Amino acid sequence: MDLQELIKLLKTQLAHLLVSIPDAKDLVLDSDLTKPLDRVVGIAFLKEHGVDKIFKLEPGQKSLPGCGKRIYLVRPRLVTMKYIADHINTEIAKGERRSYKIVMVPRKLHVCEMILENEGVMGHVTIDEFPLELFPLDSDLLSLELPEFFSSFYLDEDMTWLHTVSSALVNLQRLFGRAPNIYSIGKGAKMVHELMETMFENHKERRDKTYHIGQIFIVDRDVDYVSLLCTPMTYEAMLDESFGINCGMIDFDSEVTGESKGTKMLLTSSDEIYAQIRDCHFSQMFSYMKMKAKELQELENKKNNLQSVGDMKQFVANDLRVLKQQQKLLSTHISACEAIIKMKGKHDFEESIRTEHNLLECAEFKENMIFIEECIQKQVSPILTLRLLCLASLTQEGLSQREYKSIKTQFLHSHGFEHLVTMFRLKKLGLLTEQDTSQTSMRPVTSKPSALYTRKFNYRALSRKLGLVPDAEAINLQRPNHLSYVFSGAYTPLPCKLIEQILIRETLVGLEDVGRMCGGLHADLKAKHQAISAGTTIPAMKVILVFFLGGCTFSEITALRLIARLHGVRIIVATTAITTANRFIDGLIEKVNR
Amino acid sequence: MATADWNPLGDVYYRKCDLYAMEWSGLVDLAKHTVAVSTYGGPIALMKDESKTSRVVTNVKPVVSVYNAAGRLQSQMRWNSGNVITMGWSSTEELLCIQEDGVVLVYDMFLSFKRTFSMGQEAKDVKIIDAKVFPSFQGTGIAVITTSLRIFLVSNVDSPRIVRLAEVPGMNEAPSCWSIVVTDRQARALVASGSDLFLVDQGGQYQQMQADLSESAGPITEMAVSFNSKFLALCTQQGVLWIGSSDLQKKYCEFNTKSTVRPQQLLWCGNGAVVGLWDTLILVVGPDKDWIRYKMDCSVHLVQEEDGLRIIGNDTHDFLQKVPAVTEQIFKIGSMEPGAMLFEASKEFQKRNQKADEYVRMIKDKLDIAVNQCIQAAGNEIEPAKQRMLLRAASFGKCFLTDYRPEPFVNMCQMLRVLNQVRHHSVGIPLTYTQLEHLSMPVLIDRLVLRKLFGLAVRICQYLKVPDAEGRSRILAHWACFKVQQKNEDEEKLARAISQKLLDVPGVSFSEIASQALEYGRKQLAVKLLDYEARASEQVPLLLKMGQDQAALTKAIDSGDTDLVYTVLLHLRDKQSSSGDFFMMIRTMPIACSLYIQYCKQQNLKLVEDLYYQEDNSLEEGNCKILRSYTLEHIEERARLLEDATNCFHRCKNDFAVKQTEEQVKLMRIQRRLEDDSGRSYADLSLQATLHQLILERNSAWVERLRKDFKVPDKRFWILKINALAYGEDWVELERFSRSKKPPVGIEAFVNVCMKYGNRLEAMKYLSRVAPDQKVRCLVKVGMFKEAADAAIEAKNEDDFGYVLSRLGHADRQVADQIRAMRGQLGAKR
Repeated sequence: MDLQELIKLLKTQLAHLLVSIPDAKDLVLDSDLTKPLDRVVGIAFLKEHGVDKIFKLEPGQKSLPGCGKRIYLVRPRLVTMKYIADHINTEIAKGERRSYKIVMVPRKLHVCEMILENEGVMGHVTIDEFPLELFPLDSDLLSLELPEFFSSFYLDEDMTWLHTVSSALVNLQRLFGRAPNIYSIGKGAKMVHELMETMFENHKERRDKTYHIGQIFIVDRDVDYVSLLCTPMTYEAMLDESFGINCGMIDFDSEVTGESKGTKMLLTSSDEIYAQIRDCHFSQMFSYMKMKAKELQELENKKNNLQSVGDMKQFVANDLRVLKQQQKLLSTHISACEAIIKMKGKHDFEESIRTEHNLLECAEFKENMIFIEECIQKQVSPILTLRLLCLASLTQEGLSQREYKSIKTQFLHSHGFEHLVTMFRLKKLGLLTEQDTSQTSMRPVTSKPSALYTRKFNYRALSRKLGLVPDAEAINLQRPNHLSYVFSGAYTPLPCKLIEQILIRETLVGLEDVGRMCGGLHADLKAKHQAISAGTTIPAMKVILVFFLGGCTFSEITALRLIARLHGVRIIVATTAITTANRFIDGLIEKVNR
Repeated sequence: MATADWNPLGDVYYRKCDLYAMEWSGLVDLAKHTVAVSTYGGPIALMKDESKTSRVVTNVKPVVSVYNAAGRLQSQMRWNSGNVITMGWSSTEELLCIQEDGVVLVYDMFLSFKRTFSMGQEAKDVKIIDAKVFPSFQGTGIAVITTSLRIFLVSNVDSPRIVRLAEVPGMNEAPSCWSIVVTDRQARALVASGSDLFLVDQGGQYQQMQADLSESAGPITEMAVSFNSKFLALCTQQGVLWIGSSDLQKKYCEFNTKSTVRPQQLLWCGNGAVVGLWDTLILVVGPDKDWIRYKMDCSVHLVQEEDGLRIIGNDTHDFLQKVPAVTEQIFKIGSMEPGAMLFEASKEFQKRNQKADEYVRMIKDKLDIAVNQCIQAAGNEIEPAKQRMLLRAASFGKCFLTDYRPEPFVNMCQMLRVLNQVRHHSVGIPLTYTQLEHLSMPVLIDRLVLRKLFGLAVRICQYLKVPDAEGRSRILAHWACFKVQQKNEDEEKLARAISQKLLDVPGVSFSEIASQALEYGRKQLAVKLLDYEARASEQVPLLLKMGQDQAALTKAIDSGDTDLVYTVLLHLRDKQSSSGDFFMMIRTMPIACSLYIQYCKQQNLKLVEDLYYQEDNSLEEGNCKILRSYTLEHIEERARLLEDATNCFHRCKNDFAVKQTEEQVKLMRIQRRLEDDSGRSYADLSLQATLHQLILERNSAWVERLRKDFKVPDKRFWILKINALAYGEDWVELERFSRSKKPPVGIEAFVNVCMKYGNRLEAMKYLSRVAPDQKVRCLVKVGMFKEAADAAIEAKNEDDFGYVLSRLGHADRQVADQIRAMRGQLGAKR
């Protein structure tokens, strides 16, 4: 099963769209589609299919220059439609004659067409859709690149993208065969699963017996916010946190490269060095890099004892190129590490890590709160503060009423009144709540729609039941054998742990309690489920797709890679977007633009 | 004798076999009708031709009747439109009636009107004198010739696009005859003007053609193009029949019929012979001047088919064809072909004669050929008895073959079974095997559906194991669509009957059937049927169309497809007179509500507030007001909006939010005053930022006041002030502040803040006052590692010493080594 099949399919579909308008045309892109498009097809491909100029769609543009044919490739958002309508109306008023085509990604929405009609441009445009759903970022990683999924689904309770997720999963299974076993963890996951079933039913296709993916896990983000908020400790996750990895691409500024200009780098498993170190605990990085440097040195020394012309030819033809390339990569990674260390040194990194670990162990609560208060008073970045605050609330299963009020007041006083809205949002998601004094016993999660509002997290019970906070001494950072190594042994990402448990047990029996506390655990098993046990005869059963609804972090991906390595299975991670604690909190903070 | 009805024509044979005894026998006289017959065994349309019958010219409109090929009446109606020039059938078995004014009326075979189109303005203005219906590459075409002698043509009646052909030069009277020749995907007209022939095309070009006719032949009166458009036959006034290729490049023969009477019909029998009809006389002429003559009992109508010719009479319906080669090989007297031997063997075998063995031995090594010949010959027979004999022979021969693939035999059996079924006079489609191969099975099934023979069609599909999606489901859907048109049946019963038949059939679109029902004005039935539709995307738009709003909304929500929900919501919003009614309607559905709110959020924030207000969601309403307050310019306006928000929070008893909002209003008003006083802007600063700025401005009066008003705790205030002073590099004031009273934050905070703003010297000043337990850390912070280590050893504090060690990275190497060496001391002193 090769995820590149997806790329091939998307390429054909896009080529079809592009050639449907003959001759040269301009392409206008939604800014969040440029990177995905670059990864999927690349600029050269667009040029080959007659794209002349490429513009970025930005608010406030009145019109655009360019030739007489234009394609908009955009997400189906209402504002975007207004921008486009503005363009068209202005250009028509100016007397420019053009043909317009609006291609909505991943599908066209009726509401958008309504907007275009209201703006009176429906007669000037043709509308099409480009089903860019899941696409591979790496050999084991698929993404929808829909970061807005989280706030739209969990905060605004808008189900629009849920449909996209389901259809993405359906289409993936049309390509790779329908997976017999599906697990859903959490309420949203169950909805996706149900929607998926309806979609399959509606198209009444004959169930293809062959399949390449044996099992699918759909994981709701709100099952575990803790692992999302923990400080990453492995290289890839730290890179993402420090520099931001966008669609597998990273931008290093001149500070890292040490040259006058920054550099762009593609981070995938095709980079041999990166593949080795991406999942390393940060403390183990330097030993590996030292070793690699030595290796390269040896290779370089080879050139001094070349015996014959043939050897030399061989060396120049093969080794030299590899050598140069690897040297460059290695030096970039080393400088990136240095930059990360420097950044960590700036803040009270150690103290915040210690606080975080204490919070996770539910220890020294008072001191933790004092540290958080200090952070607020010293006006340390609101993101870091809120991160710790949410962790405190989650691990304590709510702050005491007094603390809750006082800390919120302080936060508003320090960072501004608009954060009253931020606080509401955090409360709505259950990230920052006050303890329920009226009802001290554990409340079962209700399945009513309002459950989103009152979602309670059972950190302590879950952590005890699944052993999420292990004995830190037992964790081997060099040769990881426990998932919690991604957080230096402080915490095991709950979704990963749960998946591992299910894979080992091959049943949900005994996990009923855990399931209830996670907001629902369901299984739909059509094949005898054998992924890990010795008697597996179908190789496809060893291929597992894990879909994160609402985003996941590289820490979690790394933990899943460890599961795959430890148990000899193949795990493909799919997600609505890859996120970090900072990006996650930043998305919830109210930013008043005046 | 199998060859009894064979007639030799040169070195081939022609045979005439009975298809049907006509059911219309005694009721219909063809001589008094205009006849139009659809090819491939299609229906027959008759229109009573008054000019042929009555001696008195009446104004009674003629009657049009449609019969199947066996002469069974399908439907009848009185013609009530204009004067019909020509009738014809399209390839989808629609009856095309071309009127004098160029209007074409299209009916289905049950004579229900389907559509109409015109052959153009000119045809309408000047009238047409003749029209031809011809098979084109895209389906069926129509050509007309007007009184102004122009030819107009459409090549596809399903999407008529009128083309004018080039004019024939020098023609001033109607052509004696004309025809359409379709070659190279283009239809051209071949027009005879006297003894000249012209080929005119759509590009405005004409070409004068010269048929190699003998001089005495006279002008051309009739022409016929063969089924494959490759051959042409011409008939002249002097009775000369010319046969050649359709491009007139080749002449096969010239045959003199010696008849100066113009034939009623001139056409081709398959592609091998030309047939002329003179009243009851049929003359078949081969390309080598051979001929056969048939004398009929009454006047007949001839229909050209792909592999032969149908002869429709008042009592009988015959089929004239060239005896297929393989049939000839088997049945020709004295034939020694393997097939013939096998057939003989089989016959002997049935008579239990040992000769059978002899025959089989004779063809032992050619047995597979023999079997194939028998199978093929069976396909060419119309009578089941003959088919059976040939198949039995094939089956017999098969027994002697070890590795013979059974598919051809099985296929032939199946095809013949289907053919015999559709040839039955109740169905009346006399197809031959060759025609079926050309027509294809799906088309045949379509034709059965067109005849509303749903049961037979389904049974054929099941018999041939056609996949349900193409076969059974499709037919049943057609059946249902037909069913809903029957007005007299009870709706409840009908819906149940349809659902019973269709529910377990995959791929049936109930919405299609429902929309058909709706078209016939049966709304209740449509609603009932729609209930069975599984796909919401099909269901919802139709429900809306029928005004079933609530049902549409529910279905859309259940589908989980928000786009559908939006479709319904926006439709409803536009329909409802007031937004209040609309909102009352959707408020019971939380998903619809939150979707609509999302929509409004992007359109109009104020509207969202109203929605939340109506929904009694004061918390969200307040939030919206807060957010909106930031979009306003004027401070007072903003304050008023925030006060509104306070009311909202009051309503939902959120005291915290009330207090915070009130404080914010207070802060904003103070900031406004400060701005008025100092001329500097404090807008949108948080409390802490405001204080920070005031400290920098040394506005201690306001600092105190704010501190009191907002009850800023001591510790917080100290941190704030220290930071602000250090930020402003007011080191003197900082020190004075440190001595104003015992700092609640500890002296180390001063050290920290000095280091933060990079003033190590200032930081050192505070070192002496640092509490002993913080001393080591502070020393490390200012970079005095040696001293820190000493202090740690002094205090015998292992943790602190460890801390110093862990921070050595920043110290220079010499000091670091020294300190590492001191580790021993710690142990020694213990």
